[in-house]
Amino acid sequence: MAPARSSTHSAITLNINGEKYTLTADHRTTLLDALRERLDLTGTKKGCDQGQCGACTVLLDGRRAVSCLQLAVAAEGREITTIEGMAEGDRLHPVQQAFLDLDGYQCGYCTPGQICSAVAVIEEHAAGWPSAVTDDVHPEAGPPPLTAEEIRERMSGNLCRCGAYVSIVEAVARAAAAETARTTEEAA
Amino acid sequence: MKEFGYQRVHDVSGAVAVLGADPDARFLGGGTNLVDLMKTGVERPARLVDVRELPLDRIEPTRDGGLSVGATVTNSDLAVHPEVRRRYPALTQAVLAGASGQLRNMATVGGNLLQRTRCGYFADVTKPCNKRVPGSGCPAVEGEHHNHAILGVSEHCVATHPSDMAVALTAFDAVVSYETADGPGELPLADFYLPVGDTPHLETALPAGALITGVTLPPAPVAARSRYRKVRERASYAFAIGSIAAALDVRDGLVREVRLAFGAVASRPWRARTAEGVLTGAPADTVTFAAAADAELAAAKPLPHNAYKVTLMRNLVVAVLTELAEETAR
Amino acid sequence: MTAPTAHRSSVGTAHTRVEGRDKVTGAARYAGEIPFAELAHGWLVLSTIACGRIRSVHTAAVLAMPGVLTVLHHENAPRVDSGHVGVLGVPPDPTAVLFQHDRVPHLGWPVALVVAETSEQAREAAEALVVDYEKEPHDIAFPGERPDAHPVDGHVPAVTEKGDLEAELAASAAVVDVEYTTPEEHHNPMEPHAATARWDGGRLDVFDSNQGSTWVADGLVKLFSLDPASVRVRSEHVGGGFGSKGVRAHQVAAVMAATALQRPVRVVMTRRQMFSLAGYRSPTTQRVRLGADADGRLRALEHDCLNLTSTVYDFVEPGAAVARALYDADAHRTANHVVRLDVPTPTWMRAPGEAPGSFALEAALDELAEKAGIDPIELRVRNEPERGPVSGLPFSDHHLPACFREGARRFGWAERDPRPGLRREGRWLLGTGTAAASFPAGAAPSTAAVTAEADGTFTVRIAASDIGTGARTALTLIAADALRTEPERVRVRIGDSDFGPAFLAGGSMGTRTWGWAVMAAAGELRERLVAEAAVPPEGITVRSDTTQAVAALAQKERHAFGAQFAEVAVDVTTGEVRVRRMLGIFAAGRIVNPLTARGQLVGGMTWGISMALHEEAVRDQVTGGHYGADLAGYHVATHADVPHIEADWLDEATDADDPVGIKGIGEIGIVGAAAAIANAVWHATGVRHRQLPIRPDRVLTAGPHA
Repeated sequence: MAPARSSTHSAITLNINGEKYTLTADHRTTLLDALRERLDLTGTKKGCDQGQCGACTVLLDGRRAVSCLQLAVAAEGREITTIEGMAEGDRLHPVQQAFLDLDGYQCGYCTPGQICSAVAVIEEHAAGWPSAVTDDVHPEAGPPPLTAEEIRERMSGNLCRCGAYVSIVEAVARAAAAETARTTEEAA
Repeated sequence: MKEFGYQRVHDVSGAVAVLGADPDARFLGGGTNLVDLMKTGVERPARLVDVRELPLDRIEPTRDGGLSVGATVTNSDLAVHPEVRRRYPALTQAVLAGASGQLRNMATVGGNLLQRTRCGYFADVTKPCNKRVPGSGCPAVEGEHHNHAILGVSEHCVATHPSDMAVALTAFDAVVSYETADGPGELPLADFYLPVGDTPHLETALPAGALITGVTLPPAPVAARSRYRKVRERASYAFAIGSIAAALDVRDGLVREVRLAFGAVASRPWRARTAEGVLTGAPADTVTFAAAADAELAAAKPLPHNAYKVTLMRNLVVAVLTELAEETAR
Repeated sequence: MTAPTAHRSSVGTAHTRVEGRDKVTGAARYAGEIPFAELAHGWLVLSTIACGRIRSVHTAAVLAMPGVLTVLHHENAPRVDSGHVGVLGVPPDPTAVLFQHDRVPHLGWPVALVVAETSEQAREAAEALVVDYEKEPHDIAFPGERPDAHPVDGHVPAVTEKGDLEAELAASAAVVDVEYTTPEEHHNPMEPHAATARWDGGRLDVFDSNQGSTWVADGLVKLFSLDPASVRVRSEHVGGGFGSKGVRAHQVAAVMAATALQRPVRVVMTRRQMFSLAGYRSPTTQRVRLGADADGRLRALEHDCLNLTSTVYDFVEPGAAVARALYDADAHRTANHVVRLDVPTPTWMRAPGEAPGSFALEAALDELAEKAGIDPIELRVRNEPERGPVSGLPFSDHHLPACFREGARRFGWAERDPRPGLRREGRWLLGTGTAAASFPAGAAPSTAAVTAEADGTFTVRIAASDIGTGARTALTLIAADALRTEPERVRVRIGDSDFGPAFLAGGSMGTRTWGWAVMAAAGELRERLVAEAAVPPEGITVRSDTTQAVAALAQKERHAFGAQFAEVAVDVTTGEVRVRRMLGIFAAGRIVNPLTARGQLVGGMTWGISMALHEEAVRDQVTGGHYGADLAGYHVATHADVPHIEADWLDEATDADDPVGIKGIGEIGIVGAAAAIANAVWHATGVRHRQLPIRPDRVLTAGPHA
C-alpha cells in the first residue's frame, strides 16, 4: 500500500523483540493491530480493544502497556517486547515456565498478556514500587514483600475469564522467588 | 475511527503552534483515554499532535518546598517518586488506586486531568448525552445512575469525573500550568474544572488550544500524613463509586489543619471546604468528623439510585479521619 | 508391534497441557490469527433501535469510502434456510440468520455487514453507514407483574409437580417463602467470536472460534443448503466459550461475504457487539417456598423461576430444575416460566439453570436452617434423597453427605458459631457459609478415529473442542491408557469437522463423551495390534461411534455433587464485600488430570465469586439497549477479588454399569458457589441479600442487622 494519502499514513519502523519491521501504517492502526494484522505476530491478543482486559499487554521500553490503546505510529522509536520475545530460543522465560508447570491458564487467550504483565510486575517490585495494597508508601518503609495480596493487586489489570487466577498467582510467586534467588546468588 | 493526521512535536512552542492552527486537532499523550474515545466515536479528531516526547517529564522540588510535576510524567513515575511518597503519600495512593499497572505506565499527568467521564451514556454515541451532544438530553437522570454524581449536579448532567489522581491534587491545592500561543498561564485546580450548569460539554477553564505543561504542588506539611481511600465495585481495576483524599494534623486533641477532597461524587474532584471549615479548630473525634461530613453533604442532590453515596461519603470521612487521628496520636 | 509390558496409568496423574508450550509462547493460533492472502475484513452493523423495521440502508456513500468492497444487508444478502433443526435439536438462533428481513426485534440486531480491505477501513465505514428505521415502542420491563409469562420446556421440562403443596406447607413447623433475583449475565470469553471463511477448491473452509466444529459445520451446511462434505470448520484453539460459541452471526456473515466476494473474509465481533450477538444468561426472578418438620425434613418444596427471552425465540434458563436432583419433599413443585421481550435471545451459559437456581435454592435452605435452628449441613444431610425426587430413578452414586463431611472437616465448620453478626476484625465483619452443588453427568454420541502409525506413535482424531478445559490433554491420557502406552507417544488432533461427528464442549459432557469414543476406538485398535504382525506405512486406523453404547446406558440419576464453603469479610460502612477463602469438595467420578481438573473446579468457583459480587448487565429502559456494554461497565472478578481457593475431590468409585466413569467438572464449580458467599454475608452481617450481585450500595443501604 503506497502512502498516497500521506497525511493519514506514515512509513514507520518498529523495533520489536530486537528486530526492525518497516511498514506503512494507517495512523488509525494500533500497535496491537499492527502486530496481529500486519506483522503476523499474533501472540499478542485482542480481548476488548479498549484497555479494559489486559490481554494485549506488551512491554514498551521495558514497561508493560496495553497495545490496543497505543497507536503504531506513536510507537516508532520505542523498544517493543511481545510474548514472542520472552523465551531465549528453546528456553522458556521463568515466568512462562511457571505458567506451564502450574497450569496458570486455561483457554490461553489472556495468557500472553498475563505473562508480559507478570514479567513487568516482578521488575517493578524489584525496583521498589509500592502498590495500592502497600500499607505504607513512604520510601523509608522500604519495598513491600511480594505477598499473594501484592501480586493479585499488581496483576489486576489482566482479566482471566476462565478463572485461573489462583494458579496464575502461584506461578508469578514461583517465578519471582526464582528471580530473587538468582539475583541474590549473583550478588553473593 | 476516521482517518487523521499525526505529528510528533519536540518543543512546547511548536506543539502549541501546531494545535492552534487546527481546531480539529488534539494533543496525544498516553492515549489511554483519547484513543479509546476515538474507537467509540466520541472523539473524531482530524489530527493528533503527539506530545509524549516533549521535555516535560521531570519531577522537581520547587524552591519553596513544593513539587513541580511535568505534564508528560507518567502516572507510574508520579506514584513511585520518592518525594511524592514522602511528602504527599495520598497522591501516590490515589494514582496507584487508578486503572492498572499497564495504563499507569502509559497515562500522563496532563492527560489524567483531562480524561473524560466514564458515564455509559457519554461513551455510547447511539444514546443522547448533553456532554457529548449539547441539548440532546441526559438519560442518566431517569435511567441508570447508581454511580453518578450527587454534588454540584444539574438537570443537564450528573456524570462524575473519573480521576483518582486529581482528587489528591485537589486536596493539596495543586496549580496547573499551561502554554498557549499567547504565552504561559496558570490555573489553580480548584478553578480548573467548570461548574456543570447548563453547559456540561464545557469541562475546563483552559483556554482554547492550551497545552498543559505541568502541575505544581505547593508545600503542605500536613500532607505528609495523608491517605486516599477508594471504594469500588471490584477490588481493583475499576472506577470509584466514592473516594476520599484526606490529610490531618491534630494538636492537643484539636484539628490544627485538615485537607479533604472527594472523588466520584461530582463532575470534578470535590474539595470539601465546608467540612474543612467545620473541622478546623474542633475536637478531633468522630462526632466532629460526622458533623463535618454532614455539613458538606447537606448540599447533595442525590437521585433515586445514588442516594447511598451520601452515606458512603459520610462513612468514609469518619473512617479515614479517625484513622489519621489515631496515627497522629501514636 | 509389541505392547509395553508394565504400563502405568496416565489417567489420575497430573500432566501439564500438551499445547501448553504453544500457549505460553504465543505460538498457539486462534481463529482470527490464521494469515490469508487477499484477506478482507468484515464489520457488523447493529441496530440502534429495540423494535421496528429497517426503512432503508444508505449504502452508496459507504461504498465510495476507501477500501470498501461491499455492504451486505437484508435487500441483497443471499437467502438462507432458517427452518432447519441443528444438532442440539433446536432451530438456529435468529441473530445468526442474518439479513433475511427488515424486522428489528431488539437493539443490537445485525442489520448489515461492511467489508473492506483493512479492518480500519471496515470499522470506519460500518460506523458511517446510515440506516433509517421505522421505530415502534419496545417492552423490556423485567421483572414485575408479567401475566404474559408462560411455562417453556428447554433442555428439561418446564414443570414438575407432586403432592399437595399448600397442605404440606400448612403442616410444616418451619416455613420459608422468599424471592431471589439474579441479573442478566454475559459469558465474555476473553477471545471475541471470530471467523475467517473462504472458498477453496469448491469447499467452504472456515476457521472459527467455537465449542464444536461439527456443530458449526452442520449449522452452516443447513443454513446455506450445502453438501455436508463441502464444508470444513476448524477451531484448533478456542479462547473460552462458556456456552456462547455456537452458530452465531460472525460465521454466517463471513460465509456470506466470502461467497459474494470470492476471497477470504474475516469477521470478528467487538467486545461491545458480543453483548448483543453472543447470547447471555437471562435475569431471573425466583420464588422458593420450603416447609419442614421440626427435625428439618422437607415436607414442601416449591421453586418457581421466571426468565426472559426474545420475541423471536423461546430460550429458557431452567433455574427451578436444580431441586429435581438435590432434594425430595412430600409436595414438590418446580416450574420455569418465560416472558418474551424486545431483547436478544439468551442462551446456555456455564451451568444454565443450575447457576442461578442453586443461588436461590441453597440460600433458601440456609434461611430454613436458621428458622428451624438446625445446622445448614445437617439440614442437607437429613434431606438426602434415596431416589430421584422427580424421576424416581436410582442414583448411580450420591456422595453429597460425604462431600459435606470432608469439607466441614477441612474448613473448620465444627467451630462455627451459627449466630450472625458476631465476628469483627478491624472494619470487617466476618462470616462463613456453605451450599450444596450438583450437576448432571450426561453423555452424547460421538465418533473418533485412532491410528497406529508405522513409527510406533498414535494419532487420535476427534472433532472435540478444547475451550480451556484441558480436553486435549485429558483425551491424550485416556487414549494412552486405552492403548497401554505413554502419553508422549499419543498425538491428539481436535477441532476439525472433517474428523466426523462429535458432541460439542457443553453440558460438562465433553470429556466424558469424547473419552468414551476415544476409549472405544483405542481399545479396538489395541486388540487389532495384538493380532497384526506389523503396522503398514499408512498405519492402522480404527473408527468408533458410541451412538449405540450411549443409548444402551441404564437409566439412572447420574450427577456430580459438591459442597461449597466460603468465608467473607464485609465492611458495612462502605458496602465492600471480600471473599477471604473458599473450599469446594466434589464427588465427580474419575478425575482424568488432577492438574487441569483443579483448574476447572476453581475456575467455576471463581465464577461464583464473580456472580455473587460483580456481574450484572444493565439495560437502559428508554433505549432498550445496554448501559456500559464493555468490560469496564460489566465487571468480572479480577485477580484482587479472588483469594486462595481450594478445590478437591473424593475418590469416587465408578458405577459398575458406566463404561467411562468420568463425570463432567466444567460447570459444577459455579453451582452453589454464589449461595455459599451470600450465606456467608448473612452470617457476617445478619442481613439476607437476595438480589445479586451483592453490590456495595446494596450492602450499605441494608446496613448491619439491628
